[in-house]
Amino acid sequence: MTGYSTATIWLIILAIALGTYGLRWSFLGAFGNRPMPLWAQRLLRYTAVGVLPAIVAPLVVWPAATQGAPDPARMIAAAVAVAVGVTTRNVLAAILSGMATLYTAFYFIT
Amino acid sequence: MSAQAEHSAHPRPTPEQSRALQRSPAQCVRHGFLQALSFILVIVPFGMLFGVVAAEAGLDLPEILGFTVLVLAGASQFTAVQLMTDHAPALVVIVSAIAVNLRMAMYSASLVPWLGRAKPRDRAWIAYVLIDQTYALAIQHYEKHPRLSLEQRVGYFLGAVLATCPPWLVATLLGVWLGKAIPEDWALDFAMPITFLALIAPMLRSPAHVAAALVAVVGSLVFAFLPSGLGLFVTAPLAMLTGAGVEVLMERRNRARI
Repeated sequence: MTGYSTATIWLIILAIALGTYGLRWSFLGAFGNRPMPLWAQRLLRYTAVGVLPAIVAPLVVWPAATQGAPDPARMIAAAVAVAVGVTTRNVLAAILSGMATLYTAFYFIT
Repeated sequence: MSAQAEHSAHPRPTPEQSRALQRSPAQCVRHGFLQALSFILVIVPFGMLFGVVAAEAGLDLPEILGFTVLVLAGASQFTAVQLMTDHAPALVVIVSAIAVNLRMAMYSASLVPWLGRAKPRDRAWIAYVLIDQTYALAIQHYEKHPRLSLEQRVGYFLGAVLATCPPWLVATLLGVWLGKAIPEDWALDFAMPITFLALIAPMLRSPAHVAAALVAVVGSLVFAFLPSGLGLFVTAPLAMLTGAGVEVLMERRNRARI
């Protein structure tokens, strides 16, 4: 991994591990029965949908494998994965159909 | 909270509920184990993919296993590796990966009525293995069988953990070992975006979730010119505020209709 020393990588791993454990332990272990404020519950509900799409959108629009040139095959595959995921609510089905679409699109486009 | 409500709503247990009540703690472990087995279908490919992607990013075996064993949270592991591939500053990697796991504080809070009185030792290991799958399975089991004893609840959770967490570790190892054998034209670079999209799509349950996701997509593209990782710091809070805001608006509108 260019740019990170072994010590930095382990620092990253340990910090994420401790932070994640802290979140999991927080209410069950530390805060006990105290209810979470409503505004915090509201924001927490949208962390995953706020963070994950922001990570993935640039990867779909400007893929590293094409040196950042938008690629129709990858865009179609992404759209199919989302469509299947929304309709079936099945993560595995969405992954498989997305990858299958990608290979099919490669076959027809290139 | 809901435990009390269900007690009064169902004074007489259903046959299924009585069966659940009669299980010994050891039988509860087996029951949880069997019910969690189907998750292996999701966990194994996902874990293998992490092994492949992390090895490709240049992490060595102890580091990859360190992630899988110590962090034990797929999406945040992928987030960290992705940002490291983009050469983001270490602090950005750490904060982003932890932010992906913020939902686990909600899991922790929602288990308090069911497991809050367990021994501190039990609550400590349950917190460690509180992943999406074990949480989803346990909470629906507890709500369906509100009269289970604490030992039965803890046993069921342990069973679900045994079926899900060891396969995650083994799958990661398989991914690391098999990764080198996977040819370039399989376009595995795109397996991770696809996996993320597959994780996100089922979460789009309400207009508020859709709005938050849209803001996240647009924001990340608009702020892509910022140094790596920083765009996420601007976009994610905007998306979360959008989700919460739409939720408040919808609640107001529903109340006005009544």
